[in-house]
Amino acid sequence: MINDMLSYLGDAANWTGTAGIPARLGEHLWYSFLAVLAASIIAVPLGVFIGHTGVGKVILVSASNVLRALPSLGIMTLLVLLMGVGLLPPVIALVLIAVPPILAGVYAGVANVEPAVVDAARAIGMKDSRIILQVELPLALPLILGGLRGAILQVIATATIAAYVNLGGLGRYIFDGLALYDYGQVLVGAVLVTALALVLDGLLALLARVLSPDRRLVSR
Amino acid sequence: MNWLLANFPQTWELTTAHLYLSLVPTVIGVVLALGLGLIFGNRPRSRAVITSIASAVFTIPSLALFVVIPSLIGTQILDPLNVLIALSLYSSSLLVRTVFDALDAVAPEVLSAAEALGYSPARRRVFVDLPLALGPLAAGTRVAAVTNVSLVSVGAVIGVGGLGQLFVSGYQRNYPDQILAGIIMILILALILDRLIAVGARLATPWLHQGATAKSSTNNAPRNPSISTGANTEGVSS
Repeated sequence: MINDMLSYLGDAANWTGTAGIPARLGEHLWYSFLAVLAASIIAVPLGVFIGHTGVGKVILVSASNVLRALPSLGIMTLLVLLMGVGLLPPVIALVLIAVPPILAGVYAGVANVEPAVVDAARAIGMKDSRIILQVELPLALPLILGGLRGAILQVIATATIAAYVNLGGLGRYIFDGLALYDYGQVLVGAVLVTALALVLDGLLALLARVLSPDRRLVSR
Repeated sequence: MNWLLANFPQTWELTTAHLYLSLVPTVIGVVLALGLGLIFGNRPRSRAVITSIASAVFTIPSLALFVVIPSLIGTQILDPLNVLIALSLYSSSLLVRTVFDALDAVAPEVLSAAEALGYSPARRRVFVDLPLALGPLAAGTRVAAVTNVSLVSVGAVIGVGGLGQLFVSGYQRNYPDQILAGIIMILILALILDRLIAVGARLATPWLHQGATAKSSTNNAPRNPSISTGANTEGVSS
């Protein structure tokens, strides 16, 4: 099987055209980007609101673990049957998967800001909007990035399943390979998506380190 | 809902299969993580190696792992063992970090007291460190169990997925009710497992819940990044 995979990867024909590896990789990244973007637009303001005010904390805490159990394959197939084949149903499913980790990161980051720091900001005359933008969000950045990193990894992994509902992406190789009993091609998909996840994880870890230079100061 | 009621015997069979496929890896994960944690918790070098392997394993998409395992260990692609092994790897990777952190959090005075009472290092590990680490371990186990319940269903695309098979056959037959039934049963299963582990952990650690019961979870980890469960915000995913 590993030899089949290597010969598949070595064949120049598999690197060009709409079913080529760069095209599939592009599709995979495109679905993932759309989903993470939409999820951030929903989850960041909501997380800031809950973290800042404490309103809805209990609902968030109990909902987060149940949402973790949402089966992505089920959501994706159900949405496709209800809405028809297309880009939207799988992306909605990916958004549902990306919202909880981002929400958790933003909420925890904002809620964990030292109350004394917020009080001090208020005492020197900052309004709520300025407290959020200039105090809470910068201090929450490490946890927000942590949540975002988790969300991106989960979306990259789950986007593989989009191929099951007739979309593209790297999952195409896995499902086409399974249908043809061509396990070399299955391995190609599995290895590529794993490599993508590992590379992105490393890049995001690096980004978190670069963007949080004062992290050591904060934790001391 | 009608589909669920009309086909309950079939659904029940898939539910028990699903429970088996998600519980066995959870138990293996707890045992492996505890073993690794207790043995290597005090050895920084091995610990760093284990932690980085665990986080790499955690990053592998589950569908990829399901289909790669056969070519690594020679099982058939439709063998349930592939799913059991993959999910056990995820669970132990998730939990080994929790175990390390939980053991670190045991107060040094308690350990000194145990030593002063004449506990040997091994005995202290098992009878002092381990019980005190149970709280965070239970929180991590809840996450692992719920994650497993969700991930098992992905196995349906390679023919092993308990309730996930309702998704595959519902999709192929264009029958949303059947898919909905599968989603509902999976959520119920996850909720029940989550509650059972939480209640079991509460009974096993009565000292954590004396006095202010409602506050116990916030007291344990006031600055923990993740909200309900004390584990990390990232997670394995499908």
